[in-house]
Order: sequence, then C-alpha cells, then structure tokens
Amino acid sequence: MSAVDTTLQAAPVQNARGYWATVGRRLVRDKVSMFCAFVLLAILLAAIFAPYLHLADPYQGSMVRRLRHIGTPGYPLGTDELGRDMIARLIYGGRLSLLIGILPVVLAFIIGTGLGLIAGYAGGWANTAIMRTVDVFYAFPSVLLAIAISGVLGAGVVNSIVSLTIVFVPQITRVAESVTTSVRNLDFVDAARASGAGAMTIMRVHMLGNVLGPIFVYATGLISVSMILAAGLSFLGLGTKPPEPEWGLMLNTLRTAIYVNPWVAAMPGVMIFAVSICFNLLSDGLRSAMDIRN
Amino acid sequence: MLAYIARRIVYVIPIVISVALVCFLLVHITPGDPLVAILPADASQELAAQLRAAYGFDRPLPVQFGLWLWKAVHLDLGNSIATGRPVFTEVMNAVKNTFMLACAASVIGFTLGVFFGLVAGYFRDTWLDKLATSIAVAGVSVPHYWLGMVMVIIFSVTLGWLPAVGAGPGGSADWKWDWAHIQFLVLPAITMSVIPMGIVTRTIRALTGDILSQDFVEALRSKGLKETRVFRHVVKNAAPTAVAVMGLQLGYLLGGSILIETVFSWPGTGFLLNSAIFQRDLPLLQGTILILALFFVFLNLVVDIAQASIDPRIKRA
Repeated sequence: MSAVDTTLQAAPVQNARGYWATVGRRLVRDKVSMFCAFVLLAILLAAIFAPYLHLADPYQGSMVRRLRHIGTPGYPLGTDELGRDMIARLIYGGRLSLLIGILPVVLAFIIGTGLGLIAGYAGGWANTAIMRTVDVFYAFPSVLLAIAISGVLGAGVVNSIVSLTIVFVPQITRVAESVTTSVRNLDFVDAARASGAGAMTIMRVHMLGNVLGPIFVYATGLISVSMILAAGLSFLGLGTKPPEPEWGLMLNTLRTAIYVNPWVAAMPGVMIFAVSICFNLLSDGLRSAMDIRN
Repeated sequence: MLAYIARRIVYVIPIVISVALVCFLLVHITPGDPLVAILPADASQELAAQLRAAYGFDRPLPVQFGLWLWKAVHLDLGNSIATGRPVFTEVMNAVKNTFMLACAASVIGFTLGVFFGLVAGYFRDTWLDKLATSIAVAGVSVPHYWLGMVMVIIFSVTLGWLPAVGAGPGGSADWKWDWAHIQFLVLPAITMSVIPMGIVTRTIRALTGDILSQDFVEALRSKGLKETRVFRHVVKNAAPTAVAVMGLQLGYLLGGSILIETVFSWPGTGFLLNSAIFQRDLPLLQGTILILALFFVFLNLVVDIAQASIDPRIKRA
C-alpha cells in the first residue's frame, strides 16, 4: 500500500543490474548464509586437500593408544576404537561423505529437471506417463525406499548413490513439472513458437533459464536430507566398508565406545549435523534472496 | 462427501497395484540367485531346480507376480527364510511396536511443533521467532541416529536415568503400560520427534504468518472481535494444511523408523528390515516393505478425506 512509491523507484535499478546479480548481492549481505557458505567451503577444501595438510595417516592404528580423550597432546580430538587419529579421519571422511551426500542430488537434479521439463512442456500422454510413475514412488516414505533399494542392491558406495538418486528423482521431477507448466503458457513461449522455434530449442533456450532457479533452490534443500540419509545408509552398514573413513560408518563402529569415551564417539555425527544444517540455512537464504518481490 | 471418498478410493487402486509391483520387482532385480540364502553351498543342480520349482521361481515373471499378488491379497506373504514363520505374522507383530513408537513421537513432535510454530508466527521477526525457527532448523537438520546416540550418552551412560536399548526389562518383548516398560520408550520417542517437530514448526509458522496478513483478519479485528476469537479463525484456516502435513509426517515416521530402531534395538519393523537385509531374507524384506508402503498409502487416503471434511473447498476442486 505505502510501498508503491518505493517499488516504482526501485524497479529501474533492479533491471539495470539483472536478476541473478541482485540475488547474489542479497545473498552476500545475509550474514547467516555467508557464514554457512564459509563453513561448507572450509570442510570441502579440507577434504579435497587433505593429503597436503600434514595429517596423521587415517588408516594407521595402534593398539596402545585406543580411544584417547579429546585434548590428548598430539591427538586434539582423540583417537578412535583402533587408535587412529580422529582429526585425520574426520577430514578424510569428508571426501566420501560429501560425495555420497551431494552426488545423488546433482544426478537427480539433472535427471529430474529433464523429466519435469518434458512432462511439463509436452503435456498429454508423456506427462501422464512420467507423472503417474512419479506418483508410485511418492507412495513410499523416502527413508524406506532408500533402504529398500540399497538393501536389495547390497552394500557399497555406488549402490547407495544409485538408491538415493532414485529416491530424489521423483521429488525433483514433481517440482520441475509444476514450474514448467506454469511457465509454458506465458507469452514469450508463444512468441518463440510463433517465430518458428522447435520444441527442443524452446525448452533449452527459453524455458530452462526460467525454471532452473526454483528447482535449484529445492535441490539445495535436498542436500541436507541426502547427507543425513547417505551417512545413515553407511551407519546401517549399507555404504562403504571399514577401514574407509566415512562419517556414518565411523559413527557405527564407534557406537561400541560410548561407554568408554562417549564424546569422541559422537564426533562424526557433529560433522554430519554441521554440513546438513549449513546446507539447510544456505538453501533458506537463497530462497529468500530469490524472492525479490518482498 | 461420499462421492469424494469414492473417487479417492478408486484413485488409490492403481497406486496400490503399482506399489505391489515395485515391491515384487525389488526382489527380482536382486543381483544373484534368490535361493542363495537357503541353498547349501554344495547343492546339486537337481536340488536347486527342485527348490526353484517349489518356490515358483521357474515360472515367467508376470505369472509369478500374479500368484504372489493373489496370495498377498489373502494375507499370505510367504514364510521367512531365516525363521520359517509366516512373514505376515512377523511383520504385524513388529508393526505394533513401530506404531507405538511413531505415535508417541508424533504426540511429542506435533505438540511442540504447533506451539513453536504459533509462537514464531505470532511474534514474527522477534527473538522468540528466531529462537523457534532455529530449533526447527536444527530439528530437520540433525542426523537423528546420531541424536539417539547423544541421548544415550547423556541420559543412560552419564546420568543413568533411562535404559539405553530394548523395549522391556531383561530384553522382554511383552509390552505393558507401566513405568518399567514406558521408560524404554522415552529416549527413542523423543529422538524420533525432532523431525516432525521441525517440519510442523515451519509449516505452522508460515501458515500463521500468511493468515494473519490477510484482509479478513484485519476486518475481524476492526469490527472489535477479541484476539482469542480471531485466534479461532486462524486455527480454522490453518487446520487443513496442518492436518495434511502431520498425517504425512506420521507416515514418514512409520516407514523411516529403521535408523532409530537400530540405535535403540527397538523390536519394530525397522529392526525386522535390518535383519532381513543382512540375512538376505527376501520374502521378509519384500513383505515388510509392502506392508509399510500400504500403510503409507492408506494414511495418505485418510489424510485426504480428513482434509476434505474440514475444508469444503477441496471437495469441489
């Protein structure tokens, strides 16, 4: 009501800067989002460059220094049930944990966006076929579906990535389809069609840019769930195998140590929690940064 | 209303059949022979063929599916390979325990979620809102199996107040409603409640915010209605969506309890699923997934009908 004036003044400036530049500026100004981005970047870089950080060998254990407490000289975060340095294992563990947590969402983002675009743009029987199949997968709670597929395929990193991808594809497809359907009948799509653009060109050039934003925000929110589920599969013994450092598996093998050295045993979970909450907050920040109308 | 219910039930039938098909196919995409778990390593070719025929694995897939579905309709899901007992009985015994745990978690999670959500929605952008939304984000981001471990560390290992694992004293599985048994439910139920708590808080906060900013609320207030009466209108408008979200959450808890049940050795469906996976007990795995998925479909149906009976606009759509 009273905001009309400011809207009128603000509009040309926003146009001059472009949508994504505005979103970027708004995101950078959000302290919580920037803090989360910093934490995630630090964990990611540490995991990637782990071999250059002069860490202890994450596989080298010793029977005489098992389950040292947090703060032991030389072992700031203690040692695990086989005497391996916890800091090294937590940092190296990030490599596999981040991979199996993030990759399924990336794969599902690619596949689901494709399926959703086709279903939303083509409509008709293609829409019916894709969306009814998606409905069937929605009839399973996602944790159950992930564990069922993983359990049937057997333990392993690749299998757990496959099963999580299958869980997330229907969810992203549903979002992509509804966004595409809402864009499909806008004038600029009609204009493109009238000027002779084919279906592939319209989808690639005119629709993709307009639907990617909302799907991307949805997908970043899914990474948090994916991290928890991926580590959860390893926790159940359906992911990687010992002695590989991976947060979920470490949590599982350290469970027996909770009576001896509980806080060391809880450490891998802190990492999963930190990554998951940062992705959630970053996704929230991105969502409100993209909601420029408010 | 009856027409709406009938329409919804008709819509559910193809879903139920597809769910059964997925459960059936799950076992048949399994790498390796489904007989591996029961066949001795030195079994002869004839014995393998005999067993394959006995289990019906030698027939074409569509025929197998038809036969399996026909039996499943008559509540016959085959026998567990590990124990030899009927799968249906095994799963139903476990469902009872999972249902109890999920319901307890829902009661805790929904109560807290509605409370936090209302506080956050009514006091938007104050420190109360920030506190409530922070708790909600933590609730949906926490790896709940880890939270379970932390709960055990604090309340069982350190303080010694509550038992760490199991569902009854001395590992007994016979449930009674006395403190000796209920104390085993406390930690898993609280651990399980954080996810629905977080999601319900976020939902109710968004709903309350939307409703309070609508014109009719201003109209109600300007005609001099007391704030408690305005609140009744807010609740009425928020109820359909809130009921839908909560129903779905209960379904997720029923189907997703495996991690919590593993941490607390709770004798429910998740525990059953876990042992079925690692003993490669495929009939048990298939039956457990089928029954849990059907519960979820049924719950969705109930939620839809409940939603339509609260909100007349849905029936017309």
